Order: sequence, then structure tokens, then C-alpha cells
Amino acid sequence: MSDNPDRDDATLGAAGAATAEPDRPLAGEVAGRRTGRKLGLIVNPLAGMGGSVGLKGTDGPDILEEAKRRGARPLSGERTVRALARLTASKTPFRLLTASGDLGEHSALAAGLDPVVVHRTEPGASGPADTKAAAAAMALSAVDLLLFAGGDGTARDILSAVGDRVPVLGIPAGVKMHSAVFGANPESAGGLAALFLDGSPTARLRDAEVMDLDETAFREDRLSARLYGYARSPYERHLAQNAKAGSRADDNAALEAACRRVAARMREGVLYIVGPGTTMRRVMKSLGLPSTLLGVDAVLDGALIGSDLDERALLDLMEGRETRVVVGVLGGQGYLFGRGNQQISAKVIRKVGREGIIVVTPLDKLVALEAASLRVDTGDAEVDALLAGYMRLHTGPDRSVFYKVSA
Amino acid sequence: MSAKLREYHAPVWNEPVILEMGYPGRRGLAVPEAEEAVQAEVGDAADLIPVALRRHDRPSLPEVSEPEVLYHYLRLSQQTLGMMGVSLFGTCTMKYNPQVNEAIAWRPEVTEAHPYQDDDTLQGTLEIVHRFDAILRELSGMDQFIFQAGGGADAAYTSCAVTRAYHASRGEPEQRDEIITTIQTHPSSAATAAAAGFKVITLMLDENGYPSLDALKAAVSDRTAALMVNNPDDMGVYNPEMREWVRVVHEAGGLCFYDSANFNGMMSKIRAREIGFDACMFMLHKTFGAPKSGVGGPAVGAYGCSAELAPFVPTPVVAHDGDRYYLDHDRPESCGKIREFWGNVPVVLKAYAWIRAMGAEGVAEASDISVLANNYMERGLLAIRGVTRSHPDATSPRLEMTRYSLAQMKEETGVGVHDVQNRMTDFGVDAMWTSHEPWLVPEPFTPEAGEMYGKEALDTWIAVLAQISDEAYSDPEIVKTAPHNQAVHRLDHDAMEDPARWAMTWRAYLRKRANTGAQS
Repeated sequence: MSDNPDRDDATLGAAGAATAEPDRPLAGEVAGRRTGRKLGLIVNPLAGMGGSVGLKGTDGPDILEEAKRRGARPLSGERTVRALARLTASKTPFRLLTASGDLGEHSALAAGLDPVVVHRTEPGASGPADTKAAAAAMALSAVDLLLFAGGDGTARDILSAVGDRVPVLGIPAGVKMHSAVFGANPESAGGLAALFLDGSPTARLRDAEVMDLDETAFREDRLSARLYGYARSPYERHLAQNAKAGSRADDNAALEAACRRVAARMREGVLYIVGPGTTMRRVMKSLGLPSTLLGVDAVLDGALIGSDLDERALLDLMEGRETRVVVGVLGGQGYLFGRGNQQISAKVIRKVGREGIIVVTPLDKLVALEAASLRVDTGDAEVDALLAGYMRLHTGPDRSVFYKVSA
Repeated sequence: MSAKLREYHAPVWNEPVILEMGYPGRRGLAVPEAEEAVQAEVGDAADLIPVALRRHDRPSLPEVSEPEVLYHYLRLSQQTLGMMGVSLFGTCTMKYNPQVNEAIAWRPEVTEAHPYQDDDTLQGTLEIVHRFDAILRELSGMDQFIFQAGGGADAAYTSCAVTRAYHASRGEPEQRDEIITTIQTHPSSAATAAAAGFKVITLMLDENGYPSLDALKAAVSDRTAALMVNNPDDMGVYNPEMREWVRVVHEAGGLCFYDSANFNGMMSKIRAREIGFDACMFMLHKTFGAPKSGVGGPAVGAYGCSAELAPFVPTPVVAHDGDRYYLDHDRPESCGKIREFWGNVPVVLKAYAWIRAMGAEGVAEASDISVLANNYMERGLLAIRGVTRSHPDATSPRLEMTRYSLAQMKEETGVGVHDVQNRMTDFGVDAMWTSHEPWLVPEPFTPEAGEMYGKEALDTWIAVLAQISDEAYSDPEIVKTAPHNQAVHRLDHDAMEDPARWAMTWRAYLRKRANTGAQS
């Protein structure tokens, strides 16, 4: 996890490519380009198998057996080859480091590449421990980017092994993909990896949510999603190269100002429940308060009166107090409530009411959502219905959008 | 595709920057010493300049001869496409700028006039401005136009200023502090509203390609000052519910401003006032035949409004008392000045000349042709592999332009819209316009054919895209490493976005180079 919010939109130049070029590049050259950067590759060979046979994920050996019994076939290797094909087609020079066998080596060879195996496992090994060990080995080898194929579970394992030390990018291959570290499809993940390794100014790093559902609960139709942390992940931004566009508005600056404005408008005597995530961390920072990145905090009269609170603690604090809930939008699928912030439960929301909810989000995040609406899934259909409809989201200082919320 | 592609190549002069040229003491023009009699009368001419304004050092300008200057800028101009190819610059309503209109605007009656002259000596100019006002009233249904704003965004700002003055006159200046716009309205509406001190609410698009009426209803309140909207929007999508939108905003007590930046498909077809709008804006540059002049003018954003809002427009207003034309400064409820004097008169003259030449029928026909040309192009472009249209589920036809996407091409070949832009210039065709920010459609592009180009020019443009698509699917490196036939091959965009490396002046350039440790 990054402690430095300024890193949210750090350029690749700062991350590793050459900084200021002493001489102007000649025509045809691209400044800052380096060759032969190191790419780590980890494939979770079992990812996605559960989904194809109606199991909600593939976490745990029993479920894997059940998936195999139902006829599930591994898919992630094939998706990895598709991503690598795009990467090699880009002519970006890179050195590939991977783990043995199904954990990456086989896919690399199938894509016609000649990988260096930096982590060896027993044939057939493919559990979370193997993923973590392989990721740790990549970090030790100082890879510039760790490309992995899997789902939320794989992302979580990798995050736990490398934290924010290594940029990571996911080839979508899992059943559950709420995390914001995945490319839209294998090809776009491969293309983005190429841009990043190439030192392209369009490939930048951001803090991306790593989220996961508790599969046991999910299978029982109970939802229990958690925000596990933030990985450094590349994304592609287009360049404002058109005469009409001028310089691009800085969403970070707009978001920062929006957060300051929300903080400045907090009223005395009102309890503010502040949700998880990097945007909410900005709000807390504006107040000069520490925050729980992955948890829910409470603020009263400018003071932190509770950290990492659960539903019970929130309800206790709310007793007899006018309350507001301040949240951001979580994950790649655009959840407002019900994923990663279940502490702010249906009960809490019902007491606060729709008008007591303050949402802050960068406009970019909305534009990047696949669906044209935000989602809520509080586990209480009545509360979901209460939240549905158009809601004001703060995207900058005195800037807001009205956005559809769907149950 | 039958259209033949041009074998184009730009000249490569490797021209130095003017500040790197010249020789000490070289001059373009030698000014003779003043004659003795003049010197005796005036003394040292430098003494006429106030001490505080005198410079201590000579300006460090390049010392070059007149022909050197001429050749230098000629070569630079040869290294650009100069919008002289097939330039379908979307969201701009681009027109040909007739040379005869330039001649009119350069007549001494225009160039040697001064806005401080007495009205009686400006009767002809005032009459033209007044007549043109009447023409725009006819096109929009509004009751008053002014030409003070120096561009489209300036006219949008004018609308914000008038909006504020209007609500102040009704005793609600503080309460009405929100302006509603849409994500595909020209971004200058949101920007000028914010600059004028309003809070800005932006409505996002629905599946139809325009925001839903429900979103608007959720956003309006007793804080709504105004709605500012394009229609059709920047994707060529016409919102058919606009009359209902106006009703909803009016019911809440807000005003409605129609930004007619995308007027081509609407000219002579729809009048903003008849849909219920209180105000609108036309760009006299671009839409009315005066040059676009790059970004920054000279331009005019003609702001028009209803009789109810007319008392609040900036002063002065050109008026006629039945006998003579005059500048009406006596408008106590005016929002004040948006810009000095009463507008870029040469631009108004060019627009007047353009519309007189077109006539009412010509303007209507130009609108028809622009819609026809766009829909003709759409058939051709959508047949090209990798090209799709925004909002595929929306059934309404696009008007004068269409927003396309190369997302499929990018996914299948890795070739994106910037690569295609670069490659287009290899065929002598200007890089296509992508989209305003933010990009709602991935890898977007938005050509606008307008009424000027012939079918063969449009066919050429389509053929260029088809050729590049073929290349993307057969040998993408050709496109990704383009341009190959241009004066400059690849630009270092990274440096352009890094304040430590770009510079607005030569002095800053030298300083920043020194700071980065490079030799200057």
C-alpha cells in the first residue's frame, strides 16, 4: 500500500524510465525509451475453473475437486498465451521471468517465448502458497512489472506477497473480478503491459483496489466482500495531443479539492462515518486525521472518535446523533455499498437516509465503468431500492454529476 | 474503394528556431536618423517615453534580414498540413472562408475605424452589425444579439453573467447557484459556469446517447440557475426530449441556454427560442464562414437572448432610432462588460458577407448537405474493419457528425486512434478530431463533413481510413511507427506534459535546459 497519495498518478518516468533527456531526441526517436525491462509472469492454472461449472470461484482444494468432477477445464493458460501474443506483437523488448510448469513456464513456451524460471515448484502445485512464493521470487528478481493470470483470489495472494513494491497487472481469468487491477480482456492486458515496459508516457501507475469475496459465503448466497488493499497497477491514459484539447484537466487536483471541500463543510455536532479507500483517505488527510485505508472511521467535531469500526460500533456511535456517511466508489465494477464496505450496513444506511450520503469520486472512475450505473448490494432489498435512482456524486470542488444507482 | 490515394510527402527543412538564427548587427529594416529639423523640434525621441517604461537593455531578439524572416516562416508553413487537405474537423462546423470576405474586412472603412469614433462617423458599420443582428434573430427566434464576446466560450460566459444578473433582479442571486450541463455539451459551458462562480452539475449519458429526463429531474431544484446544453451534442446525437427538458428547468425557475456550437445540422430547421430556450450562442468564426484562426481568435461568439433577458446583456448594444444607428450605453440592468468595446467588427463583417452570399435558401441547403454528407460517410466508414459507432443501441440517426470508435481495431491489432491520426497525415489528410475530454467512447474519432467538400473528397477520406485499417490488420507496425512522410516523425509527448521540460519562451527554454544539466 502506498502511503504517498501524490503517487496516484505518478508518471512512468518517475517509476523507472529515464528522466530528463539531456538532448532533444532526433526525429524518429522516443525520449525515455529503455530496452529489455523485466516482466514477471505468474499463472494461476486453476483460476476460473469454478465459474464455468456454476461454482462461484475456485478457492480451496474441495471446490477444485468438485469443479474438476463437474468437467471444468483450465482456461487461464490459454488466456495468458493470448496476452503474451499481443505483448510480443508490439515488438517491445523485454525479458520474461516466470515460475515453472503450469505457473507460467508452459504458457510462455506456448507463446513462443524463452523464459527464465526464477521459481520452481513440484509439478501440479498450484495453491495460494505457490502463487505467493512465486510472486516473492519475482519481487526479489526486481521485475519491472508482474503480469498474472487469475481472479480476485490470485490478485489477493500476489498483493500479500509483493505489496506496493512491484507494479502488477491482471489478465482476467477468474470467476470473481472485483479488483481494479485487471485488463478488460487478455489482449488489452498484453497491450498495456507492452506500453508500460516500453516506457510509454501513456502508461501510468495508480493505486488499484484489490477486493475479494468470501467464496464460502458467496456460495451460500451471502455476500461478504472485503477490500484487501491497494496494488500499484498500470493504466492507459490517452494523450492530449489535439490542438483543441489543450492540456488535460488534472483529475487528481479536482479530486483533492473535492475532498478538501467535503472536509471543510463538515458541521459541528454531526457524526461523519468515513468509508474505506484512497479517496476517503484524502478526506481524512484534509481533516488532518489518520485513517484506516481498508476500514471505516468516524469523525465528530473534527476529531477521530473511532477507527476501523464494525456495524455494531457504528450503530452505537450513531445513537442520538445526526449522521452522514461519506464514501467513494469501490472496485472496477463501481460499487457504492455492499462490496468492501459492508460495515456500513443496510441498518446504518436506513438510519442515515439517502440524503445523508455524501459520495466523492473522480470523474475518470465513472467513465471507466463498464455499466452506466453504480451498484449497491446491501443485502436488504428495501435499502437497495431506497438507494436506487439518480444520486449526486462530487467529482471536484463545486463539481458534481448525477449518476444512476442500480440495485 | 475507388478513390485514389495521394502520394504525399512533406518537405523536411530541419528548420532551426528563429532565435537560433541571425548574426550580430544584421537588420531587416534600417530606420534612418531623424532629420536635423525634426531633431531640433523633438529633441531625443527616447525622452518621450516615460522613465518607468524605458528598458535598460536591448531586447535579445534574433538579428535577421527581411528575406531570412520570410524564408524561415515560409519553410515552417511548408512543414505543416495547414488544414489544406481534406480536413473534417469534428465539433467545429468548419466552413470554407471565402477570399472575397477577407477583402471586405480589409477595406480601410474597417481597418482604419476606431471604436472611440463618434457614432455618426460609423453609420455604415453600425448598420451592418444591426442588420446581422436581425438575421441571427431570424435563425434563432431570439429578440436581441450582441457581438462583444471574443469566442464561443466567451459567449457562454456572457450567458452566465446574464443569468446571474437576471436572478439578481428577481431577488435570488445567492440561492440560484447551480448550473446544469451534460457530459457531451461543449466543455466550455461547464468551464465558464465554474469561472462565473456557479456550481456545476454534469449529467452523464444514458443508453440512447443522451442523458435521461429522470437525471435532469433529479438534478433541478430551487438552486438551479440555468441549463447549458448543446443539441445535437458533441457526438452528433440530437436529444429529442429537449422541449420537455426546457419545461422542467423553467418550472424550477431556471433559464435555458442553447449552445449552438454544433449548428450545422440545425441551420434553418430548428429555432432555439421555439423550443423554449431563453438564450443561445453562435460562432461567427467557423459556423458563419469567418476563419477559425486556430484557437484564440480573432473570433466572435454571438450571444442572443429573449426580450426578457435583453436588459441584462453587456453594453453597448447597437440600436436604431428610426433615423440613425447608435451605441446604446444607457442600460442600467446590464451585467456589465464581457470584453472591451462592441466586438470583433471584421469578423462580424465576414459573417455578414457569408450569409448574404448564402441567402436563406443557401443556409438551409448547407444544413441538408452537411447531414447528407455525414450519413454518406457513416455508411462508408462503418464498412471498414475495426470501426464502430458510439452507442450502437441508439436508433436515432446522427445529424452533421458521428462519434466513432477504434476500440475494436485497438483490441484486435494494438493500433489505436493516435496511431491512425499519425498515419492519416502520410496521405496529406489532416489528423482527425478525436473527442473532447473525458473520452466516453474508447479510441474515439469524430469527423464532420460539413457542406463544403465534394463527394470525391469524402471518398478520399474514407479510402484513407480503409487503407490504414488494412495496414493495421496486415502490418500494424506501419501504422504504429507513422508518420513516415511528414516533416517531423514522432513527437515527444511526455516532454510536452512535463513542466520541467517544456517552455513557453526562448529564455525559459534555455533556463530549463540548463536546469536539466544539458548544454544550451
